[in-house]
Amino acid sequence: MLEKRSGVFFIAGLFFFGLAFVSQAVVPILMYRDQPEKTAEQLVNPNVRFQMEDLAKRFPESFKEAFGEIPAVGPEREAWLNQRCADALRIGRKAYTGEACWHCHSQFVRPVSNEDRRWGPVAKAEEYQNELQRPVLFGTRRVGPDLSREGGRRSNDWHAVHLFKPNSLISGSPMPAYPWYFEGSPDKPNKRGLSLILYVQWLGSWLESYPYYEDYKASPLRSPDARRPSPAIAVTSEGGKP
Amino acid sequence: MQTQPTTTADLPRHSDLVEERLVRWYLIAACVYLTIAMLGGFLMGFQMIRYNPLAGIEIFSPGRWRMIHTNGVAYGFIATAFLGVLHWVVPRITLHPVLDHRLSYFIFFAWQVVILGTVVGIMLGEAQGLEWGETPVWIDPLAQVGLGLVAINFMAPIRHVKGPMYVTLWYFTAAFIWTFLTYAMGNFIPQYFVTGTSAGAIGGMFIHDLVGLFVTPLGWGAMYYFVPILLKKPIWSHGLSLVGFWGLAFFYPLTGIHHFLYTPIPMFLQYGAVLSTIAVEMVVTTVIVNFFATIRGSTGALRENIPIRWFYTGMVFYFLTCLQCAFQTTLTFQALIHFSDWVVGHAHMVMYGVFSQWLIGMMLYLFPRLWRTDWYSRRLLEWQYWLSAVGIAIMSADLIILGVFQGYMWASLAPWSDVIQFSIPWWALRIVSGVMIFASHMIFMTHMLLTWMKAVAERKQEAASNPSTVAQTV
Ligand code: HEM
Ligand code: HEM
Repeated sequence: MLEKRSGVFFIAGLFFFGLAFVSQAVVPILMYRDQPEKTAEQLVNPNVRFQMEDLAKRFPESFKEAFGEIPAVGPEREAWLNQRCADALRIGRKAYTGEACWHCHSQFVRPVSNEDRRWGPVAKAEEYQNELQRPVLFGTRRVGPDLSREGGRRSNDWHAVHLFKPNSLISGSPMPAYPWYFEGSPDKPNKRGLSLILYVQWLGSWLESYPYYEDYKASPLRSPDARRPSPAIAVTSEGGKP
Repeated sequence: MQTQPTTTADLPRHSDLVEERLVRWYLIAACVYLTIAMLGGFLMGFQMIRYNPLAGIEIFSPGRWRMIHTNGVAYGFIATAFLGVLHWVVPRITLHPVLDHRLSYFIFFAWQVVILGTVVGIMLGEAQGLEWGETPVWIDPLAQVGLGLVAINFMAPIRHVKGPMYVTLWYFTAAFIWTFLTYAMGNFIPQYFVTGTSAGAIGGMFIHDLVGLFVTPLGWGAMYYFVPILLKKPIWSHGLSLVGFWGLAFFYPLTGIHHFLYTPIPMFLQYGAVLSTIAVEMVVTTVIVNFFATIRGSTGALRENIPIRWFYTGMVFYFLTCLQCAFQTTLTFQALIHFSDWVVGHAHMVMYGVFSQWLIGMMLYLFPRLWRTDWYSRRLLEWQYWLSAVGIAIMSADLIILGVFQGYMWASLAPWSDVIQFSIPWWALRIVSGVMIFASHMIFMTHMLLTWMKAVAERKQEAASNPSTVAQTV
């Protein structure tokens, strides 16, 4: 039996493989079946919507070229922005996987090694039950920091400059430059560039602890000293040392 | 060791069994792909020490070439080389040719399309978000069909074996099914059917099954074939072979989740994966004992017989990686070393230090037989071996030690850029050891060319002296 073809074929080849599949894959699938997969449209939340509008404000030309004219006020505008936001998240994810960002940046915070102090809340299963995590981008390597709580931590300008030339912000950064997401300079991101920045801003935007550096309403962090230009700069001045 | 006809008169002729041209094509293609894959490793390696001569060119994005590096090594080098070796071993051990030589040629060309499509697709930014499965989604179905055909083509001769099979064929038979199933599971289920955390569990299984159920069984199957032939004596213990195979078959598929410890995947599944990983280590020890007991009394072969030296070097590294694995899979170690260069060191030690050593050893055995001449120069063989062995030893030691430092620095909440600054000299040393490995490979390729030219010259000479005997070398 143990040395015969049929034994090897059926027991080792099919049965043992099937056993592992049931115990290691079917069990978690069943455990999480009550958490349905969200679509990109359902993932648009006020925080990431704010970033979308912020991109439109900061890079008006580029934004218009990439996504078209934002309709004037009204429900039309809401629907339009939400839809563009969802599209951009999909395009951004494609760039993120295509560039292998996730082979240098993980997307989960572990409950050990002081990681929750460095990055924020420990990862939960429901955070991953969505279209943009198919296939899931946990990652197995950190050359750069974890990005699952990156949303809102830096401004869109910062991300544009960083993506264009990382070591202009963080001297000695080993991260590659991505000039092909821009039309020649960091203030002109193209469609893929805008989408990639939005995708990074989306990461963690669903959390309660989403950083409050910028928002529609006045930030609670704003200092009484009116001459300080903007809380965004004040808070990130640490200079890439999360 | 065959269970087939015993008198030489009944034996089928080698030339009817083995399509030698195909074996040569596969092995040479594998060496070319390894060169490309290594260049990808250099691109990423140079980026990490912040010296990237190709910065700013989209198709040379280091991240994309990192994926070409890993996929090129797995599918371009290891899988291609194994296909060549299988075309030699399976017909010879079963004494039956593969199902159809035309099918073999079709598979050869389809496989090249898969590999080149993967490289071009990744260069254009079409990678799939799945570790080791970055092959763009539009190539996956072709690869899947190809793997099915491979299984059919090689199962045909295995079907003729009556009664108990030799160890090699247990491993090969299982590998054909496992590879097919693993590829299907890993590439389609997380992409189209399940999402999030449970897809992560499947992704982990895929990463691990690729190494454990595709590369490992083909590698050990080949070892059980070549080592007794080269040492001219049987494997020490048949019982241990049984333990090794069935232990691997049972425990290996259960270990996948150890790639994602401390993720939101349920904790009891993580514990299960940790335990079965440690069990695999026990099983591996039995196999290693079996092979080292086999070479006892013939250790002179390590000096004289170049392929044997490569095989046993690989086995030493195999033992080291699996030992390392038994530790690194525990939650204590994971907290420290996960995400760090420790894991990268581990990956190089197993993929280059073990399986590439074995495959290169097999090539060193096969090419002289395929070209019917000896290697051109013993000196070059020695240089090739020592550069490779020292290179990989330095590379893995460097990265594994660095990983420990990184783990402690991260846990101490040191600023990220400090950890990077600390790592740069170690990454530079990785480049140096990479140059040694690359040089070893270049020597190998040059040596192949010289040997081939020598073979051509010898054939010409023979033809000139005695025209009738040329085609009759067996
Ligand atoms: C297009 C793909 C990528 C994206 C969108 C991306 C995004 C980011 C972001 C947002 C940060 C800043 C994190 C923070 O400090 O808050 C960062 C930092 C970093 N990244 Fe990447 N990354 C990408 C690819 C890579 C690759 C391929 C590498 C590996 C060579 C890498 C290595 C690093 C390192 C070492 C840092 C820390 C130093 C720094 O901030 O520059 N990144 N990345
Ligand atoms: C020629 C010299 C080589 C250099 C310079 C090199 C460099 C690299 C670099 C920079 C990475 C990315 C590591 C990271 O994320 O920090 C990598 C990953 C990898 N390389 Fe190499 N490599 C070389 C040779 C090889 C060979 C010969 C093999 C196998 C036959 C190999 C197998 C791998 C694997 C499996 C990974 C993935 C590691 C992981 O994700 O944990 N490399 N290599």
